[in-house]
Amino acid sequence: MIKTSAKSVPALLSARKLACVRDERLLFSGLNFDLHAGELLQLEGPNGAGKTSLMRLLAGLLPFSEGELVWQGQPIAVCREAFYQSMLFIGHLAGIKAELTPLENLYWFAALEGIDDEALLEQALRQVGLAGYEDHPCHQLSAGQKRRVALARLTFTQRPVWLLDEPFTALDKAAVAAVEQLLIAHSQAGGAVILTSHHALEELPGLKKLSLGDLL
Amino acid sequence: MNLVKKTNAAAFCRLTPKKVNSPSLMAVFIAACRREWQLQVRRKGDLINPLVFFALVVVLFPLGVSPTAEILAPVAPGVLWVAALLAVLMSLDALFRPDLQDGSLEQLLVCGYPAAPLSLAKVLVHWLLSCVPLVLLAPLLGVMLYLPFQAQGVLMLSLLLGSLTLSLVGAIGAALTTGLGKSGVLMTLLVLPFYMPVLIFGTGAMQAAIGGHTALAHLALLGALALVALVLSPWAIAAALRIAVSGE
Repeated sequence: MIKTSAKSVPALLSARKLACVRDERLLFSGLNFDLHAGELLQLEGPNGAGKTSLMRLLAGLLPFSEGELVWQGQPIAVCREAFYQSMLFIGHLAGIKAELTPLENLYWFAALEGIDDEALLEQALRQVGLAGYEDHPCHQLSAGQKRRVALARLTFTQRPVWLLDEPFTALDKAAVAAVEQLLIAHSQAGGAVILTSHHALEELPGLKKLSLGDLL
Repeated sequence: MNLVKKTNAAAFCRLTPKKVNSPSLMAVFIAACRREWQLQVRRKGDLINPLVFFALVVVLFPLGVSPTAEILAPVAPGVLWVAALLAVLMSLDALFRPDLQDGSLEQLLVCGYPAAPLSLAKVLVHWLLSCVPLVLLAPLLGVMLYLPFQAQGVLMLSLLLGSLTLSLVGAIGAALTTGLGKSGVLMTLLVLPFYMPVLIFGTGAMQAAIGGHTALAHLALLGALALVALVLSPWAIAAALRIAVSGE
C-alpha cells in the first residue's frame, strides 16, 4: 500500500493549469500537481500567495477561473459527489459549535460518514487529550482544545483525501507531533493529504512540496 | 491536564469504527436536524425574543388605540398577523450568520451531501422551535383583542401554514445577507414583498371566519404557498449560502 509506483497508478487528484482570480487579482495560474495515494502535499508560499484560496478551491468553496481538476481519472464535473464524499476539509475555522459539547460536535461529523458509535467518539476525544471535557460546551475550551476537537475527526474518518488548512494553529508541541504521526499513519494506509503549514515537516515520509509564491 | 497530555504525547492513534456504511441522505438529514435542535435549544434568548416581541406588540396595541371591543375586534386579525410576521422576520436574521462565523457553513457545503436538504433541516427546526410556540401563544393574545371564538382555530391554522412560508422565504433573504456584517434592514427590504401574499391570505382567512364564512379557500392557498416554498426555497437557500461562503 505504501507509495505505489507513481507512474502506473492514476493519481487520486490532479490539477491541470488551475488559475484563481480573487477580487480582480490573479493569485496563481497554470498550477499543476498530482496527488497520489500515500503522499503528503505541503503548500508553501508567503502570506497572501493563495494557499488558503487554493485549499478552498479544491474543497469546492471557490470557483476556479481556469483549468481542470481530475479525480481518479475523471474530471471533477462528472464525479462531484464521489469526490466530496471522499474528502475531508478542515479550514481555518473548523466548524466547531461553541454551544455544543465536543462529543455532540463529533456526532454530526461521524454521522456524515455513517458512524453511529458513541464509544468510538469518546475514544477519539481521549486520543486527542480531551478526556473529561466530553460534556463541557466548547466555548469553555481554549483555542488549542477546540482545534483538538476538530482534529479528533481525523482519528476516525474513513475519507481518503484530507485537506488541512493550517492544522497546527494553536496546538502545543506534543499535539503537533501527534498530528504528524496521524498524517504518516494515514498516508501509509493509502490516504493522501494536502496541507498548508509553516511548520517544517521535512521528516515526514512521502512529503512533496508545492510552492505558490514563485508561480507567477 | 499535564498528566493527560503526557499520556497522549506519542500519537493520536487511528481508530477503526466497527461498521461503516455510506449513510443515506435521509440519515444525514436526521443527523442535521438533531444537531440543529441541540444547538437552537441552547440559544434560549434567540427562541424567546420573537415570542416576547409578538406578545409586547399585541399587548401594547389596546393601550395605544382603545381597549374597547368595538375598535379592537375588527383590527384583531391584522394586528395579530402583522405582529407575528414581524416576529418571524426578526427571528430569521441571524439564522446562518453564526454558522458562517465558526466555519459550520463551509463544512455543510463540503460534506459531500447536497446542501439544499441540509439547509432545509435548519429552517424546519427553526420553524418548529420559533414559529410553533408563536402559533400556540396566538389564541391567548387573540382573546385580549376580542377575537371571536370561532376565528381562533383559523388563526392558529393560518399562522401555522403561513409561518412555514415566512420562514422558508425569509431564510432565502437571511442566506443572501449572511455575508454582510449587519443586514437587518436589507434583509427586510428583500423579503417583505414576498411576505405580502401570505399576509393577505392569512388575514383573509380570519376575516372570512369572523364573518361566518368558510376560510377553506384562503387556507388552501396558504397551504399551496407553503408547499411551493418547501420545494423551491431550499435550492435558493443553498445557492445563496454558496455565494456567501465564496465571498469569505
